[in-house]
This record gives sequence, structure tokens and C-alpha cells, in this order.
Amino acid sequence: MNHSLIEKSAALLFMLTFIVISIGGLVQIVPLFKIDTTVTKVEGMRPYTPLEQLGRNIYTREGCYTCHSQMIRPFRDEVERYGHYSIPAESMYDHPFLWGSKRTGPDLARVGGKYSNAWQLAHLIHPQSVVPVSIMPSYAFLKDKPLYVDDLNLHMSALKTVGVPYDDEMIASAHADLEAQATGQGATEALLKRYPKAKLGDFDGDPSRITEMDALIAYLQVLGTLVDFSEPDASSATPSK
Amino acid sequence: MAEHRYDPVTGQYTTGHSWDGIEELYTPLPRWWVITLVISFIIAIIYAALYPGWPTTRFAFAGLLGWTSAGQLAEEQAEARSEQAHWRNQIAAKSVSEIEQSDELRTFAITGGRALFNQNCAACHGSGAGGQQGQFPSLIDDDWLWGGKIDDVYQTIAHGIRNEDPESRQSEMPAFAEMLSPEEIAAVAEYVATLSDASKADSRKALPGAEVFANNCAGCHGENGEGMREMGAPRLADQIWLYGDGKDAVARQVAHPRMGMMPAWKPRLGDDAVKMLAVYVHSLGGGEK
Repeated sequence: MNHSLIEKSAALLFMLTFIVISIGGLVQIVPLFKIDTTVTKVEGMRPYTPLEQLGRNIYTREGCYTCHSQMIRPFRDEVERYGHYSIPAESMYDHPFLWGSKRTGPDLARVGGKYSNAWQLAHLIHPQSVVPVSIMPSYAFLKDKPLYVDDLNLHMSALKTVGVPYDDEMIASAHADLEAQATGQGATEALLKRYPKAKLGDFDGDPSRITEMDALIAYLQVLGTLVDFSEPDASSATPSK
Repeated sequence: MAEHRYDPVTGQYTTGHSWDGIEELYTPLPRWWVITLVISFIIAIIYAALYPGWPTTRFAFAGLLGWTSAGQLAEEQAEARSEQAHWRNQIAAKSVSEIEQSDELRTFAITGGRALFNQNCAACHGSGAGGQQGQFPSLIDDDWLWGGKIDDVYQTIAHGIRNEDPESRQSEMPAFAEMLSPEEIAAVAEYVATLSDASKADSRKALPGAEVFANNCAGCHGENGEGMREMGAPRLADQIWLYGDGKDAVARQVAHPRMGMMPAWKPRLGDDAVKMLAVYVHSLGGGEK
């Protein structure tokens, strides 16, 4: 145990420390430079529609992720309760991801389609009216706030820059797509062609205007609905190999 | 560097290091501690070899055991399924009415159905299945929108109401605000409000709303408001009002009807679960033979 050489030479100590720490870094970083993707693509995943994306922003703004996770872990109790465990591809277009780390309320990774729009509306306005034991606060004000859409195209361009595959046509028709989805009228066919499985219709019970409530419910209703897990390919798409 | 020196004050030797005459005592880590550390290194290496983790530039090493969390989940699910196989296999093979006839299977289905109900249905229909006024129908009375026989209940749960499932129950009440004048709507609402009062059976025929009802509503709701389950058209000749009772509530509903939507549960929960739910809901009190 002859330490004296290292202990007396700061340069040697620094170099040896650097080498030891580098090993850990290289093991983690180098493979990521060499492989194309860490996420296995899965049939059905698509970027969020403009309305869903804005609803997602409201979900983020209101801090829903602090009480609700979006990550079903591969444990029997979670799968029995929430459905198929989450796979990486399902959050590949999430910027930032909203997996969360705490479940004061239930996981929402597959809440899409579990309740009707009317239930989501009643629940967001007054959670205790439908779930008496709930401690969730009211989000009734979302119903009175018109959805801010002025920077929608810029927002989508920014997401495109970080890797969401919005094409020029999607960005150009963002406002038309948003209106078609929130009203269920207009260019709905073009919307569904660009964004298959998009849920259409007036989400907040007030067809006369598009509110933040419309956007948030549209987002909640798409969560976990895009990948069809009855297809055998989907469940094997975990990068475990 | 000084020699190792015995220090009489502490009764220990020094390391030989000396800084400005200050010496360091030689107090090595306890042997058991060092051995534990070495063992933990060995365990870490064995663990890394057995379980997945090490990345390479092209793939990640899967580990000698071939363990995956998804694989473990599948094993645990299969184990849980096999523990209940005696009942689950019969439930998978039999129809809901056959399940109901067997005491053993009915007990199993009601127990499982109750757990499934609390997780999936209670949010709308209430944990006691009493429904929620103004939106979600009660399941414990004998007033059924789409039928209260076990097969009807199964069909409704499996495919839902007014959703995208191809076998979903579908119907739409028109918004009569576009077809009737406000006076006609008020008149028909007043008429409908009398339907549940047997003492007005004769006198209501003279009301101005009677003709409006016969021309516009009777097709689905029946001549005397008895309802039509094939259309999900509610019975109007009773005191159960999903969207509120009284003339004003009825007028609102005539002008701009609200209609419930229920998800299809078979794609989400699977057929066995839907069967258990149907047996449970059918057992709640309102089930029809």
C-alpha cells in the first residue's frame, strides 16, 4: 500500500482520478453515440394533434404530473389496475416527458377512453361530485379560459426541431386541425389522415368556443390509446435485449 | 520519512508519515469491513453477469439468466391465472346466463366483478352503483335504458354506448330546438311532466302538448311514454329522471338533449372481466330475468 507517490503528486492524483471516473462515463455515453435510437418504434404512435399538444401544455402548466404519474410499471398489481405496462415508444414524442414520480392520484398513462368526455368535464369542474373521497382541487376555471393558440405554429416548429416528426403540412394546417378536432366539424378527414385515432368533438359541452378545458380533455382522451396491444408486435417492443 | 514507531501514549504504531513533526497513527480498517467490501465487489460482478445491464456499441448484454421485467410479469400473471384456472376457464367457456345458474361460478363472478366495478365503473356509476344525478344512471333500480336482462347488461358493458366500437349501442335524440317552436317545446314538456301521474291519465289528453308528443316523441318514447329499449329511449312514465325532473328540465332536454356515452370495456378489460361485471351488475337488485 504505497500511497506516498500519489499523495505527494497532485498531477498524478488528478490524472488517475480522471481515468477512474472516465470509465463510468464512457460505458454510459459511448454506446449512445453508436446506436441510432434507444426507442423501438411501434405501430400506431404519432405526434400529438395541435389540440392535444396544447392540452398537454395545460397539463404541464397546472402541474398535473406532481400528483399523477404516466408510467405503468411492469408489475402485476399495476397491470391489473391500469392496463398494459408503458413502453418507451409511447412517450417518444413527449417534450418534456411527464412520467412523474408520485401518485397522489391514479396513474393516467392509459386514462384515454376510460371515461366519457362528460365525466372528465364533471370531474375537472368538481372532482368530489363524481369521486366523493377525492382530494383533487377544482379546475373549473379552464372552462372559462379561451385556448391561446397564437403561437401554435411556432410551438410545433420548436417541437419539430427537437425531433417530433411534424411536417410542413401539419404545421401549416395546425389551426384548421385544431378547430376540426375541437368542434368535430370542418376538415376532420384531413385531420384524421394526419393524426389517426384522433378523438373528435366538443369536449367541454360548450360548442360555441374552444377553451383550455377542450384541449385538456382532448389530451386526456388520447393518453395510452395509440398503441394497439392486442397486436403481438407492440408488447415485445421493449428494448430489453 | 520516519520509521514506524511505537507510540507509548496510544499503544499503537505510527504509519511513518510525518508532517512538521506531527505523526499519523496506523489504524487500518477492520478486517471484517475490508472482507465485506471485497465480497460486495464479487457479488456485483456476478450480478452484472447474470442480469441485463452492460451496454455495448450495438446491443445491450441480456444477462446469463435471460431475465426481463416483462418476462417476470408474464410468469406472475400466468401463476395468478392458474390459481384461479378452475373458475376462470369455466367463465371463459360459458355464457353469462350459464354462469349465473351455477352457484359456485356466480359467487366467483360477483366477487371479481365487484373489484372490477370499483376500479372501472364506480367513477361514473358510484361505488354503490347508485348512479349520479344529472349524468350517470343508477344500476340498482329496475329502470333500464338499454335492457336489464343479463345478456343486455353484458352487451352494454362489452361494447358501450355511443362510442366508436362497431357494436356499440347507438341512438341520437334530435335537438328539437331546431324543429319545434319554443311554445311547442313548453307545451310538450308540460305534457311529459304529467306522464308519470296516473291520476292525470285522462285529463292530459286535452293538453296542447299531447299532439306535439304524439307527432314527435311517441315514435321512440312510446305513445304513453313507456320508452323503447332498442333505441335507448328512456321511459318517461316514471319518476326517474336522469337529467332532472320538472317541466323546465324536460324542456331543456327536448330542446338540446344530453345523451350519455359509455366506453366499450371488452377491448380494455377482456371478455372474462366483462362477464364477471355483467353478473355483478345484474345481481345488484334491478336485474331482470
